[in-house]
Amino acid sequence: MFSEILGVVLMFILLFLLAIPLGKYMAKVFQFQSTWLDKIFNPLDQLIFKIARIRVKEEMNWKQHLTALLTINLCWFLIAMFVLTNMSWLPLNPDGNPSMTGDLAFNTAISFITNTNLQHYSGETGVSYLGQLTLQLWQFISAGCGIAIAVVVFFAMREKTQTSYANFYVLFVKSCTRILLPLSLVVAVILLFNHVPMTFQGKDTMIGLQGDTVQVSRGPVAGFVAIKQLGTNGGGFFGPNSAHPLENPNYLTNIVETIAIVLIPLALIFTMGHILNRRKLAWSIVGVMTIGFFLLCIPTILQEVKGNAAIAKMGIAQPHGSMEGKELRFGAPASAYWAISTTTTSNGSVNAMHDSLTPLSGMFTLLGMMVNAFYGGVGVGFLNYYIFIILAVFISGLMVGRTPEFLGKKIEAREMKIAMIIALLHPFLILTGTAIASHVYAHNPTAYAAWLNNPGYHGFSEMLYEFTSSSANNGSGFEGLGDNTPFWNIACGIVMLLARYLPIIGPVAIAGSLAAKKYIPESAGTLKTDTPTFSLMVFAVIAIVAALSFFPALTLGPIAEYFSI
Amino acid sequence: MKSESSQQLFNAGIVKEALKESFIKLNPTKMIKNPVMFTVWVGTLVMMAVCVWIAAGEANQGGLLYNIIVTAILFITLVFANFAEAIAEARGKAQANSLRKTREETPAKLIQPVGEMYVNEIKRVPSSQLRKGDVFLCEVGDIIPTDGEIIEGLATIDESAITGESAPVIREAGGDKSSVTGGTKVLSDKIKVKVTTEPGESFLDKMIALVEGASRQKTPNEIALTILLAGFTLVFIIVTVTLKPFGDYAQTPITIAAFISLFVCLIPTTIGGLLSAIGIAGMDRALRANVITKSGKAVETAGDVDVLLLDKTGTITIGNRKATQFHPAPGVEESAFVKAVVLSSLADDTPEGKSILELAGDSYRNISVNDPVYIKFTAETRSSGIDFDGQRIRKGASDAIRNLCAIKGNEFPKEVDETVRKISSNGGTPLVVSKDERVLGVVELQDIIKPGIQERFERLRKMGIKTVMVTGDNPLTAKFIAEKAGVDDYIAEAKPEDKMNYIRKEQQGGRLVAMMGDGTNDAPALAQADVGVAMNSGTQAAKEAGNMVDLDNDPTKLIEVVEIGKQLLMTRGTLTTFSIANDVAKYFAIVPALFISSIPALQHLNIMKLHSPESAILSAVIFNAIIIPLLIPLALRGVAYKPIGASALLRRNLLIYGLGGVLIPFIGIKLIDLFVSLYF
Repeated sequence: MFSEILGVVLMFILLFLLAIPLGKYMAKVFQFQSTWLDKIFNPLDQLIFKIARIRVKEEMNWKQHLTALLTINLCWFLIAMFVLTNMSWLPLNPDGNPSMTGDLAFNTAISFITNTNLQHYSGETGVSYLGQLTLQLWQFISAGCGIAIAVVVFFAMREKTQTSYANFYVLFVKSCTRILLPLSLVVAVILLFNHVPMTFQGKDTMIGLQGDTVQVSRGPVAGFVAIKQLGTNGGGFFGPNSAHPLENPNYLTNIVETIAIVLIPLALIFTMGHILNRRKLAWSIVGVMTIGFFLLCIPTILQEVKGNAAIAKMGIAQPHGSMEGKELRFGAPASAYWAISTTTTSNGSVNAMHDSLTPLSGMFTLLGMMVNAFYGGVGVGFLNYYIFIILAVFISGLMVGRTPEFLGKKIEAREMKIAMIIALLHPFLILTGTAIASHVYAHNPTAYAAWLNNPGYHGFSEMLYEFTSSSANNGSGFEGLGDNTPFWNIACGIVMLLARYLPIIGPVAIAGSLAAKKYIPESAGTLKTDTPTFSLMVFAVIAIVAALSFFPALTLGPIAEYFSI
Repeated sequence: MKSESSQQLFNAGIVKEALKESFIKLNPTKMIKNPVMFTVWVGTLVMMAVCVWIAAGEANQGGLLYNIIVTAILFITLVFANFAEAIAEARGKAQANSLRKTREETPAKLIQPVGEMYVNEIKRVPSSQLRKGDVFLCEVGDIIPTDGEIIEGLATIDESAITGESAPVIREAGGDKSSVTGGTKVLSDKIKVKVTTEPGESFLDKMIALVEGASRQKTPNEIALTILLAGFTLVFIIVTVTLKPFGDYAQTPITIAAFISLFVCLIPTTIGGLLSAIGIAGMDRALRANVITKSGKAVETAGDVDVLLLDKTGTITIGNRKATQFHPAPGVEESAFVKAVVLSSLADDTPEGKSILELAGDSYRNISVNDPVYIKFTAETRSSGIDFDGQRIRKGASDAIRNLCAIKGNEFPKEVDETVRKISSNGGTPLVVSKDERVLGVVELQDIIKPGIQERFERLRKMGIKTVMVTGDNPLTAKFIAEKAGVDDYIAEAKPEDKMNYIRKEQQGGRLVAMMGDGTNDAPALAQADVGVAMNSGTQAAKEAGNMVDLDNDPTKLIEVVEIGKQLLMTRGTLTTFSIANDVAKYFAIVPALFISSIPALQHLNIMKLHSPESAILSAVIFNAIIIPLLIPLALRGVAYKPIGASALLRRNLLIYGLGGVLIPFIGIKLIDLFVSLYF
């Protein structure tokens, strides 16, 4: 057990060792400074700019940035819908998988454009290779959009009385070619060498140990897994996601995949520090995120290592911890670490089944998604955190006797209105969604019996998890939920859409509005936002706004379950 | 001041008026302006309906008495919140009324215009009949009936009714000291005054209207904070409403009383109830410092000020220069020199002259000479003095005396020249004294920096405020005094447009500038500044241009105004923090209470070990209600501002109001529960 926990610690250290230089590299990329990859990628960039007629020098205001992002997303949504509903007759379908129904395609397309990757289908039987490639392209686009829009906000934070800064298309292309593509290549190659398949051939057959012939699904897996991990997408090539031996064959691939989950979200904060030339601010944000991450991760690991209370009551020793739903090759600590990494970052890939986590661990994964800003999704994690900063600045700015300002810009009614709407949105979507589902179920439990694998508190957690995962654009699931029904497909689809775009629009609008304001130089009376005290304030705001509003819901789900077994 | 204000905090008359007003404010059209409290208002109505429903036979909503108590506490919460606002208004009104009382229905000697000329045909009318543009006469012993500007004459005036300062002041036509205030008393001479305001429109009247709420508008920061609070309220509406289907799923019936109690406890009622009281109290505190603000926004802006423009004279230095040292010329005996200086100053009424006698001391006080002829200071000779027994003693600027000596062919000693230069470079003013056109020595006059002013500037610097001294002195003197007083910057040989340019420059850099002024030529700068405080003695133009008027004419008032502004903002911030931090304990009180009966395992969440679900809910609601009146004194007095730097201040306030806000309700709710559990 000691070496298992040491493995987790080393993974975390390695994560920082990689994220710090990556953050610096990304800052260089977005500020058009030369990097050693220029020789290879400059011609590619130029070609893309030329074909797409992107005017590199043209700067955009915040509305144009958003228009650009939404246009890209809408176009590709339509293409994805077309492919998913027609893939049965389109090429690259060696296994003869069927097309999706309308509501499932709607859910899946939205799920992938919103970086959620909630899957109400199973990859082996639900999509063709063309479908997989379309989804994989989406994993690049949604992550690229996330990085680009976060960088837009960085530039807006840096500007003094400016309305236009950077070009979204350029940032988007660079995110894909300079960051996602090279990193994915590296990860995919490591996976390849560890026998993750990468082929367009159909199912293979093999003879199992018992002597019967088994059909084994395969496909272009390695590339898919690389970007699903790096782009906080999380949608697996196969149904069991990274618990599947062909997605995540051994402990080494597990290390690579685990680190890849948090790498870019964390590195982006350092990028912000470089672009704004405020390293201390970056470190204090990273500090809050890391403490939040630890507060979720450490108890989860302890819970899983301790084992399942119900099994312990039966007098059965659990030397390896709670192993239900976990892979033997990873063990309890590494699975628990992955569970928190994937839920805090809105990734949603899994290497163990969250439905089988002990009750409190289940709650911590839920909390990670409810906060959705302890590292958070690629780009959007920072945007969520930005909203919390605005709220914290407002309250603590008053506490030092000045009207609130952040980085030299006054925060006024307009910014507060947007920040409040965005802060409200997440609890609103999760609680309202779960409330509707609970209402429907409670009034006719027999008709909807197929929804819930487990009745009672755990069943409630399953519904709560599904909406939380959708609203956090996470995509993982408490898989006990029978979710491929029109209700869940459509409800989650709507939640994912709102929860993706409004929390992007809000911070970009706030940052844009602040950037255009008059800059107020710092003085001794100015609230400093890179101090431990202010960090504590942000943490308190997150705890009270994001976590406490879910307290009653969590009480009826995991907490009640915990106290009952 | 402090003991006075705490005495007045809950003065019986004010409390009575405020209580009455807090019921009147229950009117929904008034309640809706405060979204947080309005939801409590709606909750109270729902609970009343529930009580009726239970009385009619409904059995699943808990006992009737319990429901009635919950309803009553919600109602009391509303009254408490209204009371906070009402008492702030009542105090402001009382303060303003006491100022206004003196000027009500004073007889005025109206000068009747005949044709184009004003003739001395005087008609006695009540002051309320005076209109803008009317001219009235005031003689010795008259109370000035209304605000106005002297158009003819000069008078000493006792302004103690307004400023509390007993020393009379001189006001005269023309110049910058032409303004008189209603309610003050003429002690000598006779003045003709032109009325500058319509009745009911003086600054004081405007201020009273602001305090009373009729014309009070939410300030930008108040609006932003209201949005934040409304947002929190919405979050908790969602939390509470969705709990109903959750409860249905878990087969846990939750009573309406429990829903509404949970909701009311979670929404920020504490700050919601105190918010407007805090704003009014800010203006009221300004009024107590004898500063009339023209809007609540001005007070708020004062807290944000980055640059303070301060006049040297009166603010940084004591009004006038003082003689600090005698420097006899070589070969002149000190006593002979001092004697000559004293003689030359015997008839000198200027403060400088008096300070020379003071410095010389008592032993020279009784010097007298035969048939003295006093020579007055003229702009031409630029010296003054005395002639007696054929001796001519003169005192004046060094070049004036040098000329005198040169005419007679007398040499101006090198050593004296050196002394003169040295004094100048030390920020002083040298006065050279001669006898029969021979230089006797130099008197050194120095600006006296006000005691304690350095500390005040240090305090301002810690607040992050830059201080700028404005003076007509030459740059050398200005620099010396600036350094000595510890201001950050200075404008020397300042003309009115220099102030204006300086303000513009700072504002372009994004800074907020405050200044104080009195003259008409200050008006543009006062209007340009973000916070312009006009002295009440100043011209009407200056008073119109600024956004505050200082009744005391005290130039250091600016510093107090800034602190009042900061206090106002801080009080809002700390009480918001406190209010939101309270939620932690309230969750732990109410959430277990909601579910314990159907999910006994959740007893573990009842970390306060509250007696029963009913007692837990009642305790939380009671705590929520009584915390409002308990915090009224803090809201009215304001959180103390300590200039210890923003980060330290945040740490301090977060510790007191944040951590305190988390802990206090745990203790409070538990204590209340110990009592409530006797009954429920």
